[in-house]
Amino acid sequence: MQAEQVEVSSFLSQYQPFDELPEEARDALAQSIEIAYFRAGSQILNFRDPIKDLYVVRSGSVEVFHRNGELHNRLAEGGIFGQMGVLMNGSVRFPVKALDDTLVYCIPDELFKQYFAEYDAFGDYFETDEAEVLRGTVSRSVESSDLSTVQAKTILARRPVIASPEMTVQQAAKRMGEEDVSFILVCSSHSEPESGQSKLKGILTDQHLRQRIVADGLPLTTPISDVMTQEFEVLDSNAYMFEAMLTMLRFNQPQLPLMHRDEPIGALTLLDILRHESQSSLLFVKGIFAQQSIKDLVRYSKQLPAVYVRMVNEDANSHMVGSAMAVIGRSFKQHLLSLAEEKLGKPPVPYCFLALGSMARDEQLLVTDQDNALLLDDAYDPREHEAYFEQLAKFVCDGLAACGYTYCSGDIMATNPQWRKTFTQWQECFADWIDNPEPQALLNSSIFFDLDGVWGETKLADILKIFIAQRAKKTPRFLASLARNALSRTPPLGFFKNFVMEPDGRHGKSINLKRRGTAPLSDVIRVHALAVGSDAQNSFERLDDINEAGLLPQGKGRELSDALEYISMVRIRHQAYDVEHNESPDNAINPMHLSTFEKRNLREAFQVLDNAQQFLKYRYHSQSAFK
Amino acid sequence: MSKHMSAVPSPLNWPGYYAQQLKTCKDSRLKAFFEAGLVAPDTPLNEVPFVALDFETTGLNPKDHGIVSVGIVPFTLSRIRCKQASHFIVNPRQTLLPKSITFHGITHSDVQAAPDLEDVLHDFLPKLANQVVVVHYRQIEREFLNLALMARIQEQLFFPVIDTMTLEEHILKKQRTMFERLIGQKPNQSLRLPDIRERYGLPRYHLHHAMTDALATAEVLQAQVAYHFDGQTPISELWC
Repeated sequence: MQAEQVEVSSFLSQYQPFDELPEEARDALAQSIEIAYFRAGSQILNFRDPIKDLYVVRSGSVEVFHRNGELHNRLAEGGIFGQMGVLMNGSVRFPVKALDDTLVYCIPDELFKQYFAEYDAFGDYFETDEAEVLRGTVSRSVESSDLSTVQAKTILARRPVIASPEMTVQQAAKRMGEEDVSFILVCSSHSEPESGQSKLKGILTDQHLRQRIVADGLPLTTPISDVMTQEFEVLDSNAYMFEAMLTMLRFNQPQLPLMHRDEPIGALTLLDILRHESQSSLLFVKGIFAQQSIKDLVRYSKQLPAVYVRMVNEDANSHMVGSAMAVIGRSFKQHLLSLAEEKLGKPPVPYCFLALGSMARDEQLLVTDQDNALLLDDAYDPREHEAYFEQLAKFVCDGLAACGYTYCSGDIMATNPQWRKTFTQWQECFADWIDNPEPQALLNSSIFFDLDGVWGETKLADILKIFIAQRAKKTPRFLASLARNALSRTPPLGFFKNFVMEPDGRHGKSINLKRRGTAPLSDVIRVHALAVGSDAQNSFERLDDINEAGLLPQGKGRELSDALEYISMVRIRHQAYDVEHNESPDNAINPMHLSTFEKRNLREAFQVLDNAQQFLKYRYHSQSAFK
Repeated sequence: MSKHMSAVPSPLNWPGYYAQQLKTCKDSRLKAFFEAGLVAPDTPLNEVPFVALDFETTGLNPKDHGIVSVGIVPFTLSRIRCKQASHFIVNPRQTLLPKSITFHGITHSDVQAAPDLEDVLHDFLPKLANQVVVVHYRQIEREFLNLALMARIQEQLFFPVIDTMTLEEHILKKQRTMFERLIGQKPNQSLRLPDIRERYGLPRYHLHHAMTDALATAEVLQAQVAYHFDGQTPISELWC
């Protein structure tokens, strides 16, 4: 005999997806549940433990974590957890902890699966949620695709093949043949602990043997140190997949050695990653370069929103999403530039195409306009060369616009002759901005202080970055002006810490997460970064430099990065949601649509911004008094 | 020992009582109950099979009033099992007063159609056998059941219970400050079920349905142990 559970049933009827169930089904469910109490702070589910129930929060609240310990979500009354574990054959995927004293209802997995199959509306709830990601993951041959939690070394195909620099190319070629590898890592046999230098001296590839030995007719006795690549990136052996991927893409480096202290434990190849991640943003980037014409490229760019949504659903953090989108944007530019050079011929003088703003900061999202400029070699002569670069700029900017990167409303684009300057002119321009800070002029030019070379002589861009960092650091007046500008956009909090909404055309009233959140946060971080002489562009990397310099009071750096991460993630998820619901993504949200937790966290994050702006006022105001 | 501590009844010798009853009782259903035995007194709380029990009655005096419904919810400290829960409506043999109807919502026609408690004993008693019964305010459940059986089969029935109300009273006493203890001040927090639940962050329920009340009591014991006891504590330290 089973007894009716009035309390349980009436509770369930208030929450999705149980409200979708027929009443008898819901009552049957209520009669089959188990109940458990967890005091605040106690662990409810441990990673990989067996799981036999779907959990519903009856009262209290819980925190759901990624297996790497990062907070994934907070759930209050009516929140559901454990579905991934139950659907993934019974082991816990996301550990869960009680945040308050918490009572949970446990729905037996058999019944859950039965209802999942039987009642469409009930099943759909889980489909649109994580089950979709889940199915995507399972259908791939690899067990896990979680880029943020898989370490690069775990997918290394083999131990490295190592040669010494004195070895001849013939010996090396023989070795590579025996080992059946296409490259070899070159290491000095003796370690040099006093120099702190790595043992790894170079990489020798098939390509080097073809191009530098066979094609140039060098003797087979040439030592490999003469032909190997000596400039390359390496990563620590603890690096995660996404870092490795981005490094390889960014530096266009097909082999990436992973180092344990000063020794290579192996080298990752694009093939390793491709094998691991056949569906990823990496593949999308490769696809960009395969497009033969602008028309193809434009058609291809239509897939970008889907790639973005997939990335968000795979639980990428804001740094990963931001840098992946920036790599993608950069790739569009690079490919457009190579198409332009194909059409217009080789450039008459060397140049570097500059990305500005969010792309330079590796913080690009879906809704973004193009901000770019041209840095020309000092040999540039406008009478002879202007026509070429005008056409090149037009080709690229039009192409970008067609691919969804709208024109910059402030006309900060390479098509504007004002933003095509030689290296010396750029130096003078920055020197003038820094030495004679005019608030209004600075407001318009702050975007130039996030700068990155995308194509061509990128070394010139790097030198320019260092020039800016060194000069800004020494100029308190400039920092004070920049700080004053960084106060112009305040967080949307009222006197009683309530949300202050602004009218906007499409939504009625809303909060603009970019204008009122991430942008002013980046502004604050930029001021501090320039004050400590950092030439990093990414806000999180800038914060690392700022923390290292000890500029901020204890713990404040961490707060800023948490706040930036949180607001960015709300913005990112909001855009992904819009894409999934066939709406055009934007930065405006209505707090009414957020859960209690999201509201609380968002309010806290805005409060951090507010405090940071107060600190900025005091910190750089007092310095400017010495001018 | 202070006056307040003496309010706690010293636990009976339950194994001795069970052995005695098994020998002397005549009713086969009671015999079966005592034969099933007692949860061993040294069983740690973590391993004890509990069953929460609640009666709705026609009034508060066991001599004049009777039982109209019974809620039974088996559980352990880790899980409350609704699937094995049961609810009986029984005919109280006493008049149903309008005042009590407003409490539990069980009406004259409900009880007229219901069996007498004696007719469900064979179903009811096995659900309590060899389990530790948990109630909120033991006087009600213990007295009403005992008197109901005396009236029907002229035999007595007692068993050890965990009383979440007594437990809470102890917990509150322990939490008094040194000063409050010195002046002998009693804890002034409420021992009503809804108030206790609120202190442990448990949700508000619509009480006075035997099933819901039993459930609410089971949750309270889970919370009390989570906060104030070690799961290794032997059950005999808490029952009375």
